[in-house]
Amino acid sequence: MTWIKIKRVITSGFFNFWRNGFISLSSILVMMVTLFVIGATIFSGAILSSTLQEIRDKVDINVYLVRSANENDILELKKNIEQLPEVLLPVVYVSRDLALANFKKRHENDQFTLQALDELGENPLGATLNIKAKDPSQYETIAEFLQNQSTLSPNGESIIDKVNYYQNKAAIDRLSHIINSANRLSFILTVFMIIISILITFNTLRLVIYMSREEISVMRLVGASTMYIRGPFFVAGAIYGFISAILTLIIFYPITIWLGGATQSFFVGFNIFSYYTSHFGEIFLIIVGSGVIIGSISSYLAVCKYLKI
Amino acid sequence: MISFDKVSKIYPDNSVALKDVSFSIEPKEFISIVGHSGAGKTTLLKMFLAEEKPSGGKVYFESVDIHSLNKREINHFRRKIGVVFQDFRLLSHKNIYENIAFAMEAAGRSDEEIEADVPHVLDLVDLGKKIWNFPKELSGGEKQRVAIARAIVNQPDIIIADEPTGNLDPLNTHEIVQILKKINDLGTTVILTTHNKGVIDSLGKRVVTMENGKIIRDDKNGRYVI
Repeated sequence: MTWIKIKRVITSGFFNFWRNGFISLSSILVMMVTLFVIGATIFSGAILSSTLQEIRDKVDINVYLVRSANENDILELKKNIEQLPEVLLPVVYVSRDLALANFKKRHENDQFTLQALDELGENPLGATLNIKAKDPSQYETIAEFLQNQSTLSPNGESIIDKVNYYQNKAAIDRLSHIINSANRLSFILTVFMIIISILITFNTLRLVIYMSREEISVMRLVGASTMYIRGPFFVAGAIYGFISAILTLIIFYPITIWLGGATQSFFVGFNIFSYYTSHFGEIFLIIVGSGVIIGSISSYLAVCKYLKI
Repeated sequence: MISFDKVSKIYPDNSVALKDVSFSIEPKEFISIVGHSGAGKTTLLKMFLAEEKPSGGKVYFESVDIHSLNKREINHFRRKIGVVFQDFRLLSHKNIYENIAFAMEAAGRSDEEIEADVPHVLDLVDLGKKIWNFPKELSGGEKQRVAIARAIVNQPDIIIADEPTGNLDPLNTHEIVQILKKINDLGTTVILTTHNKGVIDSLGKRVVTMENGKIIRDDKNGRYVI
């Protein structure tokens, strides 16, 4: 008997959806706006985190070592630094020779500089260690650690010549602050947009069900149970959500292709179309799940008001 | 079978819709309730259908206080009653077959019963040929006959007809009244509310007259006197 009831509720839900063509169409369009906002939020979240990651990757601190530093001491220092939990591996060691080669390459069109370098007769550059922290806020700890290093060169001086953290401290702190604020703001905006969209959908479905209020009262008066009255609206709401979700996913396809090139060049290395295709499974589940849940729950709640008879 | 015991209904704005109404309805009776608009006829029916709760007094159906029933029991109770409204209240997106089948589905009847009974009940109200039409494709009289078919398909103990001829021309009015009489002759209790003097006078059945929420006359073979 229960199976017959479920079958009837589902069939009735499909008929409600199909025969209220115009109402169904307008509900689907409104739900598409909601799901589009949710999708856009996913994309902007991905763009934001990719951009922030890009910026994070660009921040590092360089430890300039004295020219007389022994390579074994440098490698020992590198090993010690790599043992810090705040440090993102690997710490890059740029030897004196490599530093010179890099310098020459950077100035290959600058004959005066290269000439001056030749006249010096020896390599004026010291080795460096490039360190990246897992989080920008952790650079201070790393810098403090470096300051307390007491490895000495054969000349009896500290092998660490200079740590550029203190020159860049203000910029790093600022960046750290911007990243935290951007994350917080994007979270608040996401929640706000999603709540607004859900409310719009809820109100639209409430209007749809308002138009059926007489029908609901008739159902009540012929002795239909609450589940029997609510069921078809619940099913129709889920269908609205499912179809809106599929249409939204289809619309995202040309939009992301169109925006792909622009995002690639604007947000270095982030192509929105590649992101869409590589994360399609997750996005599909989020959009379809949101559509079906918002549609069915909104309908379920909206019918309550008319079930009091 | 049905009895109203000192039933009153006072709305929050202090308007009195019913005041100490007491009367009984016997099984298989055909009773007409008449009165001006606002006399309390529809409120009385709403009390019986448990659409509204009385402010005082009790409504009994077969010795059970209707307003003491829970939601589930009210659903079962309502399946024993067929209701016909002035504005038909058919489900516009369902065809005639589905409108009637819906009432049977709500009562938990099987698909086989539905397939057998719906065409049969539509033949009784002479609408067998319009079984697949939608309500908007029918005339007022035809819609009301569908509403009656929906009301009787579950073979209820009672039919409530709330001004069923209010929107109909004299010819359709006559047809509807004849159908209600036939239903009553087959053993179903009929409660009719109407403004139509001609209908009441032609019936020659019990007439309860209401005014300002009170019963002012109760005649066994009554006429329309206000």
